[in-house]
Amino acid sequence: MARVEAEVGKRPEGVLGGLVKWIDDRFPMTETLKYHVTEYYASKNFNWWFVFGVLAFVVLAMQLVTGIFLTMNYKPMAAEAFASVEYIMRDVEWGWLIRYLHSTGASFFFIVVYLHMFRAMLYGSYKKPRELIWLIGMMIFFVLMAEGFAGYLLPWGQMSYWGAQVIISLFGAIPVIGDTLVEYIRGDYSISDITLNRFFALHVIVLPLALIGLVFVHIVALHEVGSSNPDGIEIKNNKDANGKPIDGIAFHPYHTSKDLVAIIVFLMIFFAVVFFAPDMGGMFLEHANFEPANMTATPEHIAPIWYYTPYYAILRAVPDKLWGFILFGLSVLLPVFLPWLDRCRVRSIRYRGWMYKTALTVFVITFVTLGWLGLQPATGTYVLLARIFSVLYFAFFLLMPYYTSKDKTKPVPERVVYHG
Amino acid sequence: MTEDDVDRIDRNRRHFLTVATVVTGVVGAGFAAIPFLASLKPSARAQALGAPVEVPLGSIEPGEMVRVLWRGRLVFVLRRDEDMLARLPETISELRDPNSEVIDQQPDYAANDTRSVRPEWLIVEGSCTHLGCAPLEDFEPRLVEGWGGGFFCPCHGSKFDLAGRVYKGVPAPTNLRVPPHRFVRDDLILIGQDTGAA
Amino acid sequence: MGKLKVIARLLVIVVLMATSQSFASGGAALEHSEIDPDNISSLQRGARNFMNYCSGCHSAKYVRFKTIGKYLELSEEQLIDNLMFNAEKTFETINATMPADSARRWFGTAPPDLSLMARAKGADYVYSFLKGFFLDPDSPTGVDNTVLAGTSMPHVLWELQGYQKALYSEHIEEGMTSHTFEGFELVTEGSMDAEDYDEFVRDTVNFLAYIAEPIRSERRKLGVWVIMFLIFFWILSAMLKKQIWKDVT
Repeated sequence: MARVEAEVGKRPEGVLGGLVKWIDDRFPMTETLKYHVTEYYASKNFNWWFVFGVLAFVVLAMQLVTGIFLTMNYKPMAAEAFASVEYIMRDVEWGWLIRYLHSTGASFFFIVVYLHMFRAMLYGSYKKPRELIWLIGMMIFFVLMAEGFAGYLLPWGQMSYWGAQVIISLFGAIPVIGDTLVEYIRGDYSISDITLNRFFALHVIVLPLALIGLVFVHIVALHEVGSSNPDGIEIKNNKDANGKPIDGIAFHPYHTSKDLVAIIVFLMIFFAVVFFAPDMGGMFLEHANFEPANMTATPEHIAPIWYYTPYYAILRAVPDKLWGFILFGLSVLLPVFLPWLDRCRVRSIRYRGWMYKTALTVFVITFVTLGWLGLQPATGTYVLLARIFSVLYFAFFLLMPYYTSKDKTKPVPERVVYHG
Repeated sequence: MTEDDVDRIDRNRRHFLTVATVVTGVVGAGFAAIPFLASLKPSARAQALGAPVEVPLGSIEPGEMVRVLWRGRLVFVLRRDEDMLARLPETISELRDPNSEVIDQQPDYAANDTRSVRPEWLIVEGSCTHLGCAPLEDFEPRLVEGWGGGFFCPCHGSKFDLAGRVYKGVPAPTNLRVPPHRFVRDDLILIGQDTGAA
Repeated sequence: MGKLKVIARLLVIVVLMATSQSFASGGAALEHSEIDPDNISSLQRGARNFMNYCSGCHSAKYVRFKTIGKYLELSEEQLIDNLMFNAEKTFETINATMPADSARRWFGTAPPDLSLMARAKGADYVYSFLKGFFLDPDSPTGVDNTVLAGTSMPHVLWELQGYQKALYSEHIEEGMTSHTFEGFELVTEGSMDAEDYDEFVRDTVNFLAYIAEPIRSERRKLGVWVIMFLIFFWILSAMLKKQIWKDVT
């Protein structure tokens, strides 16, 4: 093991070595590489739940590249937006692939990010000293929601238009400033060419820049305190003579080789969707969005794209505009407080008691069900179910200080559990 | 087998797998780059808009020139009169490439003394081969100065004769380009296509 | 291996989701169109039907003749002679013969562009719509439609299908009368029998589904290669990972 590491950390010889030295004298290249890659130690007992961070990074990169190429052909004007998307799909060589990569990538971004967040809930990754990583992560999530929302208006189809109409109108529920705020968001008295133009600016410049910046900070913060692990133990507490965590292995080549496998498996699923089911039965590309925006007729059944539907279901469950908005906002915000709501002494689910395990299971069922309910029409039984599950959603967070402090925990081992 | 042997086999295998994985990854990335690069090509719409254009010749008098656009590029259609044709050989010594030897600058059928299919009709792109400015017409001969009439580029002073041939000592390196074209009828040409059906 | 199973299961879910398309319909149950997107001769007939019966009023403004010709294996001459009635060049898109303004004046609403109709509404919807015209003396066009009630589209295919009337059964429940659609009864014979007409509509819908996403068959073919490459890459990377992780004890 030591030998391999020596090889990786070694500075190349000859001309290349000279060049590396020249740069290192002027910029901390090798040092940075060591700190973040070759000598960044993370626990050797990561399971597959720990790949979603890297996958989110891959999807982000993919969205940036495909997005840039789409921007080259897209026209952010109400009169031409819809046609320019079809232009990309038909007239631009390979444009269809680039567009499908981007539209599928949007959905997969959320799949991966939701699983990444769930990993943190499984293993208490947000607990001290990683609260700030979690907070930055939540900010990334909010920006991502805004990014997805702004991007969804751009094809200027029926769902783009009416989805934006509904969600922007939400802000009208805020007392006093609501109506003005809505006008400021739209820049017009209704969703129009002007709105499309500014959403385009948000989608391709403002929010991606924010996203990149936040992701950078997220990783810097992570590498400062070190990654958590499935046992929720600080590997830094057990160091060898060289000051290297005994249970830690270098990010490269160990975690990189593992992450590569994960990335490829991810790409297999991703490309299966891109090539064989880019609409995903109307989930990733909604049917009604193949009709150009029509200000005079709302589609029969309108629901946001799937990744917003859990919160949307909560919104609809409340029979009052202002309270609906408040609870909707709260449902999105509440996870921010997890590091402080969770009073449990242990991090990992492995050593927690039945209460948290039950609560988390119920929460997963609740979240998925709310997501499904958000796609259904708001009638009878569905509304009743949405109300029940909304209560469960809030109960998970609000009762957390109680059940996590009462929960019986198991003793946590000194060293991480790893079976060769 | 000593422990050393086991070690060596492992290391060889590891080296092989590393190289194989990296090569596969690079090949994959290469394939992935194709769609993105290909998407930069002129699209089906650009190709449709850049389709060949027909130019009727009936109303163009001898000595007269019209400007047309093909693929958004300026094309000169000049009907040279007898005088103009007669003057062509007179300034040959001043030209850089009088025999159209740079083959990219014209189709084979225009690589002749008049750089045209029919001597009367000169079809050249109005784009200076220096940096793409549109040359101006200056058909008045001033033979004393060695100028037999032709085109003058206002940007950097390149000069071309009445067959679009470049003069010596100017920045433009080659003759004006002759676009693919053909005579559909005596009074109709098609610019942008030289063979096949219209 | 557990991992393999998980991946296989995920792929199955993807395929299932892909095949179980759900579309909103106006309440009436839709008939299955049973189109075969790989049947080129059906698509050729559909293209002919479309140009003969639809393109008078409906455009397909994102679709180029050239694209159709290539996929439907038609030569340039065949394309020009058989399909391009109101276009000169193969790179042109399909425009409606009738100007949109006069169409709006006559029908009250402009006939929609059909480039994406099959993708927006689903092939079954279009199929059922084209079979769903029935006589209605109150309508200005003389017909109404079971799929899209109150449609302003006249029954342009009546010469082929004939005219049919809709049959309803009446229920009285707690004093309220309700009607349930039971089926059609042919009133005037058309030039085609029911089976031929179904086939005619099926071909047309097949063509509409094709133009809604002309790249469909190419993307599926390419997808197989991409997945095969990734499987190879996966095996390689898994072996490498295993090898490198031998260091970890």
